[in-house]
Amino acid sequence: MLSDRPITPSTLGVKDLPWQIKWDKDLCTQCGRCTSVCPVSAIELGVFRKRTIVTPAGLRKKPSNEHSIFYGIRQKTDPAYGCIGCSMCNMVCPNNAIQPNRDEGSTTMKFHNDRGGQPRTRGGRRNSEESLLDQIKFMRISMLTDPALDAGRHEFSLNTLIGRIQSPEESLKCMAENGWKPPVREIYPLIIGGMSFGALSPNMWEGLQMGVAYLNEELGMPVRISTGEGGCPPRLLRSKFLKYVILQIASGYFGWDEIIHAIPEMKVDPCAIEIKYGQGAKPGDGGLLMWHKVNKLIAAIRGVPRGISLPSPPTHQTQYSIEESVAKMIQSMSMAWGFRVPVYPKISASSTSLAVLNNLTRNPYAAGLAIDGEDGGTGAAYNVSMNHMGHPIASNLRDCYNALVTTGQQNELPLIAGGGIGKSGNLAANAAALIMLGASAVQVGKYVMQAGAGCLGSEKDRCNVCNIGICPKGITSQDPRLYRRLDPEKVAERVVDFYLSFDTEIKKIIAPLGRSSSLPIGMSDALGISDRDAAERLGIKYVV
Amino acid sequence: MCRLFALTSRDPISPMRAIDALNVMKEGHDGSGVGLYLNGLSGPFEELKECPILSGIFTEAGLRRLDQYSMDKGFKSKFSILYAPDGPPPVGTPVRGTYAAIAYSVPKGWENLSEAEQGSRLVQMRLDLKKMGEESGDMMVFSFWPDTIVIKEVGDPLEIGEFLQLDRNKDIYARRILAQGRQNTNYAINLYACHPFFIEGVASMTNGENTAFIPIKEYLQSRNITGYSGYQSDSEVFTHIAHYTTKRLGLDIRAYKHIITPLSDSEIAEHPDRAFLTELKRSCRKLIIDGPNCVIGCLPGGRMFMTQDRKKFRPGIVGGKDGIFGFSSEVCGLNAAIPDRDKSKDFQPMHLDTVIVGPDCKEIIQCSQTDQLPRQL
Repeated sequence: MLSDRPITPSTLGVKDLPWQIKWDKDLCTQCGRCTSVCPVSAIELGVFRKRTIVTPAGLRKKPSNEHSIFYGIRQKTDPAYGCIGCSMCNMVCPNNAIQPNRDEGSTTMKFHNDRGGQPRTRGGRRNSEESLLDQIKFMRISMLTDPALDAGRHEFSLNTLIGRIQSPEESLKCMAENGWKPPVREIYPLIIGGMSFGALSPNMWEGLQMGVAYLNEELGMPVRISTGEGGCPPRLLRSKFLKYVILQIASGYFGWDEIIHAIPEMKVDPCAIEIKYGQGAKPGDGGLLMWHKVNKLIAAIRGVPRGISLPSPPTHQTQYSIEESVAKMIQSMSMAWGFRVPVYPKISASSTSLAVLNNLTRNPYAAGLAIDGEDGGTGAAYNVSMNHMGHPIASNLRDCYNALVTTGQQNELPLIAGGGIGKSGNLAANAAALIMLGASAVQVGKYVMQAGAGCLGSEKDRCNVCNIGICPKGITSQDPRLYRRLDPEKVAERVVDFYLSFDTEIKKIIAPLGRSSSLPIGMSDALGISDRDAAERLGIKYVV
Repeated sequence: MCRLFALTSRDPISPMRAIDALNVMKEGHDGSGVGLYLNGLSGPFEELKECPILSGIFTEAGLRRLDQYSMDKGFKSKFSILYAPDGPPPVGTPVRGTYAAIAYSVPKGWENLSEAEQGSRLVQMRLDLKKMGEESGDMMVFSFWPDTIVIKEVGDPLEIGEFLQLDRNKDIYARRILAQGRQNTNYAINLYACHPFFIEGVASMTNGENTAFIPIKEYLQSRNITGYSGYQSDSEVFTHIAHYTTKRLGLDIRAYKHIITPLSDSEIAEHPDRAFLTELKRSCRKLIIDGPNCVIGCLPGGRMFMTQDRKKFRPGIVGGKDGIFGFSSEVCGLNAAIPDRDKSKDFQPMHLDTVIVGPDCKEIIQCSQTDQLPRQL
């Protein structure tokens, strides 16, 4: 642009963009891989004119101009094509000649990403690096009074229970009378949280399922995976591996026609049914699968036409009150599988969580409560929902656990916590902290994408384009040209890797606490934090 | 680590026999406290078997308040041992007042109450008195139950035993004695933190540390059972779990170990009672201990038992001869108390075992968790 030309308010320079491409002319081979791989077309071939003034020594000859042309990379400054920092350009560059750099001081773009009056939507997570869970320390280390255990050699029992667990008195009475017992599943306390077939690519889904099957069948770890709202491939519904799957039903009921029709042909029962009322990353908002991702396969599984956006309503439309919605839905789902499958709701962490919990404590069919905190997240939503809506998981979970302790039902109704676990990579520490605050199990999604498939997203607003089907790693894309980049076998390997390393790390945490024979749910005396207010709020020790 | 010693005898014996055994194990406790539980009493108390006995320590004012309180409730003193030592207490032991064991006759209409109701009322009275004492510092109450005396004091067990002249008064000779020499670890010296702990005829003492204390405590407190409170020591929960198992759930003491240290899933799969044990493990999950502990306890009816956590990081040994058996945390204590026994018949319970000696004191009954349980339901 010439300096005397008019500019528009949204005319930006490279410096205004959060991610700026650094390109090295000397190293570049001009192969063009970077421009072809860029998922948002942020870079293009640039033809540059260069003027060189040649000034000879002495006064006899006058200086002259030399004009030349060279080719290189130009970064677009139109906000619609802003670089997302995924760095795929660098990954494909044979000479390491190009990479995006984040400029923390460049915030102008933030004010211009609502062109046409459309606020920014994106995929991914809450873009905040703070993590209370990371601040929690485990400080009740057994010393001489109680020898610490050897994490490598001792026998550990880490499994947990999902399902309505009767009180000892009820249980004995029920045995004596040969009555109906609520179904209970013994599972590994780290659950792969609901990410739908549709949100994830077929290769990613297959990889996760293979990893879970391997963990169960070969390593004896009863790991479970939630389907998210999007149904379940028909073959999986009719396979023996369904028992490792938690089927999720949400407000759009996508895929449930297929599931209901498959019930008579199911060889095994699913692990559980999760009724999604909300998710932590965008509380009060339904699921959102944008039209880009609704291809033939997804449309078939979900029972919808191709190429249309699929926004799930924010609530289940058939119900009007909490009593009705929770009781009726749980009852219906239980009945569908002959009361053999645990059914539990999943809600966004919120100041109303306690009301839901209190309702569930009086419902003998409720098999637990999954609470999803504001942090982390893998869904598609408005930027404002992701960044500013929601409730942190720690205090919400703690309040719910304490409420159960007050009524003596802390063993009866398992709490499953999610939201920001492992957001900075500290999966086992975050999970152990939540378990000791009262969670029976934890669920993770974002970590699974990052560790299991190499998702590039970060809390620095890197990538975050999961919603529009252009995931450069093929994790959340429905475009075969993209998802073939992801080898399902390798995803399965990584899932097994991170589960095994989690298993070792969790033992390295609980062994020094002297715990081995049962998961230390609610062992809050082991926890400390250097924030006095947080300590008081959570009822744990304040340590400095 | 605390030292534990217990005796069960067909004939009443002096509590000093257990204290002497503790003294042999002295290197394991720091003299910061001693606790005694006496059951199967002889002398006048034996003739008042149905009368609840209140045991505790009182100042003069405390005794007066106690009289008033018990009269208001319709309880009348029938026989009492009140001992106010003349001399100065041993170094480290505070001057307290009168050590008392008072047997009461029950008020009219008491026999019409159910056994559970009677028990609950006695526990509530003990808690009321404890609370009154905590407010004004004039009384400490350790037990209120028929045929039961509990004594607790800060100091070296032998010195305290001599100071209280436990050997001289034959009226406190007993058939079952639990004695603990305290090693003060995590908690400030508090008489209510001294073992043995007692509730409705169930007494127990424990060594080691209870790493799962907080979740267990929270669970017991939320059972809504009178007396599941206090918890100045992390070991008190063992007594209450034994009470919960036997009295609330109505299970045999052999199920106790299945509650505090359930078998692994693969072991349960091989067990004849697998359906029952799976249910018990799940529904009592919050009562699982993680040790390391040796638990010695005494039950209504006079059965004495010992069991261990699953890691078995704490020793424990049971041995004796016809008529008397000792339960000890160290073999040296047992050697001192019953030297003339057949040592080849001593038994050290391992990670699956519970040891029981009945009130007839004839034999050591060894139960493994892999055995079929007596019919529970």
